[in-house]
Amino acid sequence: MLKIDGITKTFGKGTINEKIAINDLSLDMDRGEFITIIGNNGAGKSTLMNCISGVFPVDSGTILLDGEDLTRQPEYKRARHIGRVFQDPLKGTAFDMTIEENLSIAICKNRFHGLQPGISRKDREYFRERLALLEMGLENRMNQKAKLLSGGQRQALTLFMSIISEPKLLLLDEHTAALDPAAARKVLELTNLFTREKNLTTLMITHNMKAALENGTRTILMRDGQILMDVRGEERKNMTVETLIAKFEIDNDRMLLD
Amino acid sequence: MITFAAFIGSVELGMVYAILALGVFLSFRTLNTPDLTVDGSIVTGAAASAMICSLGGNPVLALAVSFVFGAMAGIITALLNTKLKIQPLLAGILVMLGAYSINLRIMGNKSNIALTKSDTIYKMTKEIFPGTYTSLVLGILIVAAVITLLFFFLKTRLGFALRATGDNEDMVRASGISSDQMKVFGLSLSNGLVGLAGGLLAQYQSYADIGMGVGMVVIGLASVIVGEAIFGTRSLIRRLIAVALGAILYRLAIAVALAAGMPANDLKLVSALIVTVALALGVMGENFSFTGKNSKNGKTGKPGKIRSRIQQKVGE
Repeated sequence: MLKIDGITKTFGKGTINEKIAINDLSLDMDRGEFITIIGNNGAGKSTLMNCISGVFPVDSGTILLDGEDLTRQPEYKRARHIGRVFQDPLKGTAFDMTIEENLSIAICKNRFHGLQPGISRKDREYFRERLALLEMGLENRMNQKAKLLSGGQRQALTLFMSIISEPKLLLLDEHTAALDPAAARKVLELTNLFTREKNLTTLMITHNMKAALENGTRTILMRDGQILMDVRGEERKNMTVETLIAKFEIDNDRMLLD
Repeated sequence: MITFAAFIGSVELGMVYAILALGVFLSFRTLNTPDLTVDGSIVTGAAASAMICSLGGNPVLALAVSFVFGAMAGIITALLNTKLKIQPLLAGILVMLGAYSINLRIMGNKSNIALTKSDTIYKMTKEIFPGTYTSLVLGILIVAAVITLLFFFLKTRLGFALRATGDNEDMVRASGISSDQMKVFGLSLSNGLVGLAGGLLAQYQSYADIGMGVGMVVIGLASVIVGEAIFGTRSLIRRLIAVALGAILYRLAIAVALAAGMPANDLKLVSALIVTVALALGVMGENFSFTGKNSKNGKTGKPGKIRSRIQQKVGE
């Protein structure tokens, strides 16, 4: 589904601050695979996602999604096939627009943006029905502005918006990191529900090693812009946080904290 | 206070400025950029309108051309911003400056055009419906039409995409929409309305002057801020009407000040002061009220303390 072939990304090339964020990285993902990504700060996790989603271009290498070459496409064109949830809950919604208006923008991702009514009655019914799945009562608040929602509600809404148009690839960049534990658990629960239901090909960055091993179908560990470890199946099932730490000399408190 | 005739005159002029204010609303609120192109594009609209009328052309056609010429100025500003990565404020200043020369050319290298002997949309309606309130009713009808069209437009898919661009560009791009295209489109529509206001202004006062654009963006901003503060922002339609009423209120305030003996030469200074006060009050409004537009969630400032605390409670 996703085929990344030897991509490299260097920031500040030719300056004293030159940093190779992604170093000749290759990754193959099958349809329906759910990869969790862990790694230290500066390992290149977020950069990898930004390269895939086109926030900035890569220096070399190619990125193919379902056979389509994304490498030179602008961010907004790639977004038609990619759902994204950012770490910052404020980044995912238009705060001064209502919940249903936000959802409408999300569902119209692959539709033509013309002078049709922004929300059709059919869409509204669908939103109401699906929002109930979040169990947050949002289905009765569809006319309220997104800025009135709490961080957890916003992130749940953003997650829902990112999958509503059934993207080929879902990118989650520490999407639970800014939430309180209860809200984080809820959003992670919803993530598993949605990805399983639609069999979505998913990449999720997390700083929590336990969560990385417990969720998804495959785990990769990044360091210095490269993939240090890539486990799935039996090997992954038998892996514990302790063996991970021992094997890779992880000394990052943040990754150890629950 | 002012005489009844002066009152009616101010409201008539206010209707013209209401269209300017709605144009400024689009850039300042919907796209979240104060757009200085306005000072140039309003003269472009006025120049085109006056030139066509003075040559004996149809005044309604003249207004259509005003809209298109204004829109073109907006497109140039947006392209400078999106393609050449020039800051929006600077891009607006550059186009405003360049437009001065273009406007002079449109006006046939004269610094003003008088329309005393030419047909205008106001004179035309007066011929058909003679009366004291003809110009006023015409103004109200035009503003009502613009508000209605704008309201329905902002409720379409394209309108949603435009509004979201000012709110959150990351979200817009992540939703498969080119935020650059939205800026070009939004600024062209905004300046199109400004151009239309310029065209109407030239026909209303029966002249166009190369210097008439100075401070127009400030008047537009004042109308938006004052209107929203006084008449509320609870729903989109209310907000659009509030902006239009803000423009009328602004003209009335000026008329009262002039009647009270303020020298006309001090007008610009007073305009600047009004906007300064309105902006300062706007900041306070975010702290103390539910109305006023929320701040940009840390993008351009922090939401007021009291306000964000209330919001958290509501959110939970």
